[in-house]
Amino acid sequence: MIQLSAITRAFHMGDQEIRALDHIDLEIVSGEYVSIMGPSGSGKSTLLNVIGLLDRPDSGRYQLDGKDVTDLTETEQARVRREKIGFVFQSFHLVPRLTAAENIELPLILTGIPPAERKTRVEQALAAFNLSERARHRPAELSGGQRQRVAIARATILRPTALLADEPTGNLDHRIGSEVMALLEDLHHTGTTLIVVTHDRELGLRAHRRIAMRDGHIVADEQ
Amino acid sequence: MKLRDTLQFSFKTVTSYPIRSFLIILAMALGVTAVVVLTALGDGARRYVIHQFSSIGTNLIIVLPGRAETAGSFPGAAMGQTPRDLTLEDARWIGQLPQVRRYAPLNVGSAELAGASRLREVTVLGGTANILPIRHMELAQGSFLAHGSQHSAQIVLGAKLAEEFFPDGNAVGQRIRLADRRFIVSGILASQGETMGYNSDEIVIIPINHAQALFDTTSLFRILIEVRNRSDILSVKEAVRQALIQRHDGEEDVTIITQDAVLATFDRILRALTLGVAGIAAISLAVAGILVMNVMLVAVSQRTSEIGLLKALGAPASDIRRLFLAEAAWLSLTGAIFGLILGYLGSLLIRLAYPQLPAWPPVWASLAGIMVALTTGIIAGLLPAARAARLDPVKALSGK
Repeated sequence: MIQLSAITRAFHMGDQEIRALDHIDLEIVSGEYVSIMGPSGSGKSTLLNVIGLLDRPDSGRYQLDGKDVTDLTETEQARVRREKIGFVFQSFHLVPRLTAAENIELPLILTGIPPAERKTRVEQALAAFNLSERARHRPAELSGGQRQRVAIARATILRPTALLADEPTGNLDHRIGSEVMALLEDLHHTGTTLIVVTHDRELGLRAHRRIAMRDGHIVADEQ
Repeated sequence: MKLRDTLQFSFKTVTSYPIRSFLIILAMALGVTAVVVLTALGDGARRYVIHQFSSIGTNLIIVLPGRAETAGSFPGAAMGQTPRDLTLEDARWIGQLPQVRRYAPLNVGSAELAGASRLREVTVLGGTANILPIRHMELAQGSFLAHGSQHSAQIVLGAKLAEEFFPDGNAVGQRIRLADRRFIVSGILASQGETMGYNSDEIVIIPINHAQALFDTTSLFRILIEVRNRSDILSVKEAVRQALIQRHDGEEDVTIITQDAVLATFDRILRALTLGVAGIAAISLAVAGILVMNVMLVAVSQRTSEIGLLKALGAPASDIRRLFLAEAAWLSLTGAIFGLILGYLGSLLIRLAYPQLPAWPPVWASLAGIMVALTTGIIAGLLPAARAARLDPVKALSGK
C-alpha cells in the first residue's frame, strides 16, 4: 500500500525552480498494476524514485504499508528499499565485471544471507528466468533481453512487495520488449505490485490503471 | 552486508582491474621493500660494528696515558710538563686488584723486519703472554710468548708475514732480525683478517721489555684489563682510577674507557641511524598512500553508476564506505606482503654480496612496514570511500 499526500519535489536550474512533482496525491493498493505515462520532464521518473525511496520529497508525506517513511534516516530507507522494493532500469544497470549469477546474488549479499542459501536461491532464480545456461556469463556476453531478465531476477530475488520499472523496454526491440513485459506481468499475477514508467502508449495501455502526468501534476488516472 | 562478504566482494573488484591493481600494489610493495632493505642495511652495519668491537675481547677496560678531555687544558701543560707516563709498574699494580682476571701492557711501534733475504716495515706489538687470551687471538703454529719470559728474544709473526718470509712453512724456530735485534720465531698467529682498522696478519709480537728497549721508552701505549665478571667493570674502572691517581701523585692523568661504554655508544648511534633511514624509506610509503587515494578516487568516478545501483538495491552508505575501504586495504596489504618478500630477497642478496655484513631485516621494521602500509592505505581510502558513500543515488544511476 503506497500513499503519497501533497508530495512536492523541485529542482533548481540556474535561478529557475522546476517542480518535477507538484503536490502529488496518490494511492496505490498492494497488487495493483499501474503505468505512469507522460512526456519527458513530466516528473514520472521522479515520482518513481520517490516511491522507491531513492529520492526525498521536499514536502508532503509518504506512507508505505501503513508506516510513514518520509523522515526515515538514510540507513533505514536503504533497509526498506532492500526489503520491499525492486528496481528495473532502462539500461539494466548490471555490474559489468560480475557474472549473471553474481549480479542476481547482489541483494542477497547486501542482506547478509549465508552463502549456501544464496547459492540455492540464485540457482532457483536463474532457472525461473530461463538463464541457467548463462549463469557464468558476464553482461557483455548477454543479449539485451537476457540482460533485462538478469536485472528482473535480481530485482525480485528478495520477493519485494513492489516492483518499480523505469522504461524497462526502452533499450529493447519490440518483440523482446513484449517478452520482458510479459515476464513483469507474470510477477504481477503472483501478487507483486507493478509500477511501470513509460512514454510508450501501447505499453502503458496494458496496465490496469493508467496515470498520465504533465509538468509535475497527475492529469489523468483511469482504471 | 557481512564483513566476510565485504572483503570477498572488494577482493573480486581488485582482481577485476588487474593492471590498475598491479601498478598500485607495486608502488606499495616498493615502499615496503625500501623500509625492509634500508633497515636491514642499517641494522647490519650496527651488528657488524658491534661484532668488530666484541672481537677485540670481552669485559675489557682500557687505560690510556693522558687525559682525553676537550674542555679545559691539562694542568701541567702550562708549566711545561708532559703527562706522566703509564709504566709497566702501573700495570703490575693494577694486576694486583682482586677482580682483575688478567692484564696486558701494550706498546706499539714500527720497525724493519729482516730475514731470509727479505726486508719490510712491520707494525710491532710489545706485550706479554696475556695478550693472546685478552684479544681473543689464536695461534696457527708454535707457541706464544711464554709467561714470565719478558726478556727472551721471542717473536710471534702474523700469518701473512710468516707466509712472506718463510713460504716453506717452516718459520717456527727460525732466526729473524727486527731493527738491530735478533729474535727467534716462536709461533705464528692464525689468520684473522682485519679487525678495528689494522690487520693482525701483518704484525709481529715481541715481549714488552724488548719493545720498550727497541723504541727506547718506558711509557706504555695501553693497558688492557680483563675483568672476571661483567658486573665488576664499573667498580674496577673506579678502583683503577683511584690507584693510578694515587701512584701519580694525586694527578688524574690517564683515560680509562670501558668497552661496554664504547659499544653502547656505537649501538645507540647506529640504532638512531637505522631509525633515520627507516623514516626516509617511510616517505615512499606515504607516496604510495597518495597513489592509492588517487586510484580510489578515479575508481569512485568510474563506478558511479554501480554505486547508484548498490544504493538502489538497498545498500546503506556504510556498506558502500566499507567496500571502498576494504578495496584500499586489499591493495595496500597485498602490496605490503609483496614488499616484505622483495625486501627479504633484497636483504638476502646483500648478505650474499657482502658476507661480512649481517643484513637481516629487523622484525620491528617488517611489522612497522606492514602496519604503516596498511594504515596509509586505509587513510588514503577514507576520502574516496566517503565520497562514494555520499553519492546521490538518482544522480549516480544516471551516471552524473
